[in-house]
Order: sequence, then C-alpha cells, then structure tokens
Amino acid sequence: MKEIFRRLSEAMGPAGAEEGVRKVLEEELEGVVDRLETDALGNLYAIREPEGEGGLTVLLDAHMDEIGLVVTYVEEEGFLRVAPIGGVSPQVALGQRVRFLGGAEGVVAADHLDDPKELAMKHLLVDIGAASREEALARVQIGEAGVFVRPVVEAGEHRLIAKAADNRAGCAVLVEVLKGLKASPHRVVAVFAVQEEVGLRGAGPAAYRVDPDLAIAIDVTLTGDTPEAPKMAVELGKGPAIKAMDRSVIAHPAVRRLLAETARDAGIPYQMEVLTRGGTDAGAIHLSREGVPTGAVSIPCRYVHTPSEMVDLRDMAGARDLLVALLQRPITL
Amino acid sequence: MTTAAQEPLWTPTKGQEALITRLRQLSELDGVSGGEGPVREWLRAQIEAQPPKGPFTVETDPMGNLLVRVGEDRPGPRVMVAAHMDEVGLMITAIEDDGLLRFRPVGGIDPRILPAQVVRIGQGRVPGVVGGKPIHLQTPEERKKAYRVEELYIDIGARSRSEAEGAVQLGEYATFDTPFQVLGEGLVMGKALDDRAGCLILLELLQEEWPVPFLAAFTVQEEVGLRGAQVAAYRLNPDVALVLETTSCADLPGVPPAKQVTRLGAGPALTFRDRTSIADPQLVRLLIQEAEAAGLPWQWKHGTAGGNDAGAIQTQRGGVRVASLSLPCRYLHQPGNVLSVRDLEHGLELARRGLHAWARELSNGGDRR
Repeated sequence: MKEIFRRLSEAMGPAGAEEGVRKVLEEELEGVVDRLETDALGNLYAIREPEGEGGLTVLLDAHMDEIGLVVTYVEEEGFLRVAPIGGVSPQVALGQRVRFLGGAEGVVAADHLDDPKELAMKHLLVDIGAASREEALARVQIGEAGVFVRPVVEAGEHRLIAKAADNRAGCAVLVEVLKGLKASPHRVVAVFAVQEEVGLRGAGPAAYRVDPDLAIAIDVTLTGDTPEAPKMAVELGKGPAIKAMDRSVIAHPAVRRLLAETARDAGIPYQMEVLTRGGTDAGAIHLSREGVPTGAVSIPCRYVHTPSEMVDLRDMAGARDLLVALLQRPITL
Repeated sequence: MTTAAQEPLWTPTKGQEALITRLRQLSELDGVSGGEGPVREWLRAQIEAQPPKGPFTVETDPMGNLLVRVGEDRPGPRVMVAAHMDEVGLMITAIEDDGLLRFRPVGGIDPRILPAQVVRIGQGRVPGVVGGKPIHLQTPEERKKAYRVEELYIDIGARSRSEAEGAVQLGEYATFDTPFQVLGEGLVMGKALDDRAGCLILLELLQEEWPVPFLAAFTVQEEVGLRGAQVAAYRLNPDVALVLETTSCADLPGVPPAKQVTRLGAGPALTFRDRTSIADPQLVRLLIQEAEAAGLPWQWKHGTAGGNDAGAIQTQRGGVRVASLSLPCRYLHQPGNVLSVRDLEHGLELARRGLHAWARELSNGGDRR
C-alpha cells in the first residue's frame, strides 16, 4: 500500500490534466483487471467481470485529480500570475514550490503586502527564475497547470505526510482492492475520475456510462482530532469512515447499513462520518440517470488541501479490507 | 443650427456590412432568459430562408432551445456548436398602488447601472424608465450609497395600479432600450451582443458544408445557470462541442494588464479553463494551429472567472469534450456592449477553420488520447 501510495502521490494530476496519475494506475492495473478503458473526459475505468451470475454492477470511484495552480498571465518581468485549481488558499500557497506540467519549477511569492491579512490570490506570483516574459513563455504556457511539489514523508510507524493524499489515498485503496479481490459475484467497475476538485465533473459522466446498481465513492475526509478543531467525530487511525452525509450527498441508507454490517462481520474497526464542509463524487454519482444507490468510504485526513496532508496506513488498509469483504459477498439492497 | 457632414471614420467591407446588419437585428430583438421567443423565431425564419447544405431538421425543444441537425447520418464525430439566445434583463414582480412597477434582475446585473435606464416591457414593448429617489430628496447619507434593487422601480407613466395592470403583467420581462450603433472605427455598440454575436456566427456556420454531423444549438437560459445547454446536449448527444460566446474585456484605464482578461480587437479569445469547465487540450490545440496557419489573430482569455454553456455540456451523458471561442466584449451585462467587427469576422473564420480541423482530426470522436 505504502509504495503504491507513494507513486500515486508524487505523480502530477491537477484537475483537467490527470495523465500522470492515469499512467501510474494503468501500469499498476495492467493484467490485474479484465479491461482498462478511458472516456472523453479522461476518466479511467478498470473493469473486472463477475464470477458466476446474479451479482450487481458495482461502481467504485476514487478521483485522480488534485488541487493546483494555473498560469493566467505572464508579467513583462517574467513572473507568472496564477489562478487556483480547486480549493487553494493563498496562505497555504505562499512559499510553496510548484511544478508545471511542462516541467518548469518555481516558487510562489507575493507582489506586495502592507498587511498579511490582505493576502489574496491576486497578489500571488510564481517566480520560475525567468528574467523576461519571453524567457518565461519559452518554459510555460498560458493555461498550463501546475501542482505543489512534495515527496512523501513517513511520520512514525503508520502515518504519511504527502501532497495529494486527497485523493491518491483513495486511488491506492482502490488499486489494492482490485489486486486483493478473490472471486466476486459482482461486475466491479473501478472509476478513477477526473475533475472532482473543480466540481465533481468527471464522476457524473462515468456513472452514466457504467449505469451501476450500486456505487461507493472512496475519498478523504476531514478529522476533528487536532487541538481546537471544529467538532467532528472522525479521528486519524481509528479506521475507515462510513459516510452518513456531506454537502453533496446523503448516503443511501441501505448502502450505509451494508457497509457497517460488513465491517462488523469482518471485524474491521470503522467510524461514522458527517462532513459539513465539503462534498465528494458520490454527490454527482447518486444523481446520474434515474438515481443510483450510493455511499462512500472515507479515509480520515488531516490538513486537507495543503501540500502536507496526513493519512494513516491503518485506515487505508481498513478501507481496502472493508471493500474486498463487501464485494466478495452477495448483495441485496 | 446645422453641423457640417462628418467624413465617416471607417468604411466597412461588404462582408462586414452584412454581418453588422444581421447583428443589429439580433441585438434589437428582446430575449431575456426564459423569454427568448422573438430571437428564436427570427433565427428560425433565417434558417428557413437560407437552408443549410444537406439534409437537416429544425426543432424547438420543451425548454425553448432551437436545435438544427445537419447531416446527422454522416460518419464521424457528432459536433455540437452552441450559442445562447438569452440576454440579461429585468422581470416585473409587483405593481404598487401608485402604478409603479417593482422588478428583480434576471441574470447577473449590477444594480448600480440601473437607475435612469430606459427599458421596454413585455410583448407590447411598453416604454418605461428606472427611477429612484431623485438627488434633491436624498439625505446626505443616501447620496453616498448606490441604490439597492429594492429601492428602484420602473415608471411607465401609469397613475394607478389598475392603469398599470392594463399595460403590463406580472412576470413580464423588461429589456434595455438600446439602439444598435456603429462606433468609431470598426466597433459596434448594442444590448445583448452577449451572446447574439455568438448566435450570428452559428447562423453563418450553418451555411457551410460539413463532412460530419453538425448539431447547432441556439440555447435558452444561459444567464441564469446554463440551463438550456444542459438538456440540449443531452438531446443532441454530441462527441465534441464548441461554445461560441462573448467574454469580459477590461482593456480599460487603471486595469493592470494581468487583469484585463482580453483586449478588444486582438482577435477571438480561447479559454483554457473557467469556473464551469476545463477545455479539452487537443480541441484547443487544433484551434490554435488553425489560427496560426491562417494568420488569424487570437488571444488567450487570461483568467479563470466566469462560465458558459461548455460547463453544462461537458458533463452530459457519458461526457463531452468541449472548447469555447469567445469574442472580447466591453461592458458585458450592461445596456451598451461594445464589440469589434474585426474580432467578429476573425471569430467566424476561426470557428469555421477550427471545426473543419476537428472533423478531420477526430475520426474517432471518443477517446481523449
């Protein structure tokens, strides 16, 4: 799990340009599933046909994309103006290193600030060491996306600090599920979706294409276990979280019950999650076509949408075990 | 008093003259979101008078989108091209006892531009003026503040509720009463150029011979949330889509270059991403290649604010690859939009060449790679 996660975390995949992550996933999954497909938007489908009959089509979703920055303008002096891709706060961006898709690297600086409270995206610049607009444009293009650069760090025995743990943690879990799955009566379609961070755009079309009987999104969630954090009953290391609700979806009660029962039967520790400040691909999936019974399994994650997110390998392993257990049993909703 | 006749600053070519004539007609039609009927009927009549080349159908869907399918049985990718018919405006929401009309904006209108605007209301095009408390009666505190919408009303000259009710119905729309004009050297000014300019380009593109299924959507209700395009894309089921639009142009005094978004006259603008969609990189690349091969000016839309029908189209059914081509337009969502005729010409030419390039390169319409 750790090595797959490291490869995925360190790959580049700003929303709308997920190729880097898709390539790693294709390498990991070649030969593991029956078929790999991509669609018009770049979603990756890993399809595993059922053993036997009478199973469901189960869509498992994890988004591949991450937050980042996009070049909007180049100043005469060679500095880049940027806009956020997804939820990037200027406070977090300042001082970070950025790598653009074409390979140029730079540091996020601010133009001028009389008062730190004035820090806003419009004051940010990326300095790639270019001395002129011409030099800068030889290395980056308008519209080119970039991500924060950070290697994965092991923090203690179980925890990892990483960029884009949101949602490479979910991607790593899905890869491990597909690798660990023995005989399943269900047709399993794992969707590695694009453009979640800019508004759940990839998952809806993916759900339309797969037309599933049941869907489960795997994504990170916030925790309430740091000093003076807003109250939230999710802690790092206490197991995968079964989503009850977030801003985008109310988990289907039968799916939620099914997940909790499966976890209890398999002896997997789990927590229940209500996320009041965010949404997931489940929000787009459950409204596809005539509606899809949809739930979500979340990986607790601290410092979400910073270049140093923290996840716990035990929670990821628990999520994998829970999903494998679920897919190996008959399901009635 | 008389004035000497002025030399015209600029003489349009025949082609430009024809574009200006049709843009004038489109601009002066009323079509606030949800009330696009006059624009739709005009477009339908134009299409019937000058039919597309090849087998085609014209339909109006339940939301009011005008959909034209040309050569739907042809092989190759299903190419959708969309432009929205609707414009921002006002809706009459209440009639006061004294005959004054209360209203709400439809679409994104800055209330600070409303006082003293002349408007036309409903099918009868009843004239009115947006009024507020005149300066003489305002307290010094009130003079420092902009009017809120709730403090404004439309005066149609009625002296009582019953007199007003004889002329105007609740739920009717008011549009800006702006005569279309040619400004200076090669600019035009009018209301609703967002997005009648796009409608005009799309109308012209229907005269072209296309080797692939060409699916034109003149959409409704873009300004209130991309609503028409969503169902139009579902119905037309395209592989790729080009959205023809106008976009912000802030090449104005006091705006630093990084914040100007686009520059008037510097060519049609291509979007890499905005608030509602991320353009498909290959589709954008093909547009750029065509512009450069033909020596057509083009520019990036600098910035990621705003959204358009591409956002709704992209996520329909199993996903649609999208791109936008936008004309720089000053004073969007105001009574006097200003547009460059050269940008319009270049936009049309780039759309034409770009769509042919898409048809050529995308024989397999599905896979992004």
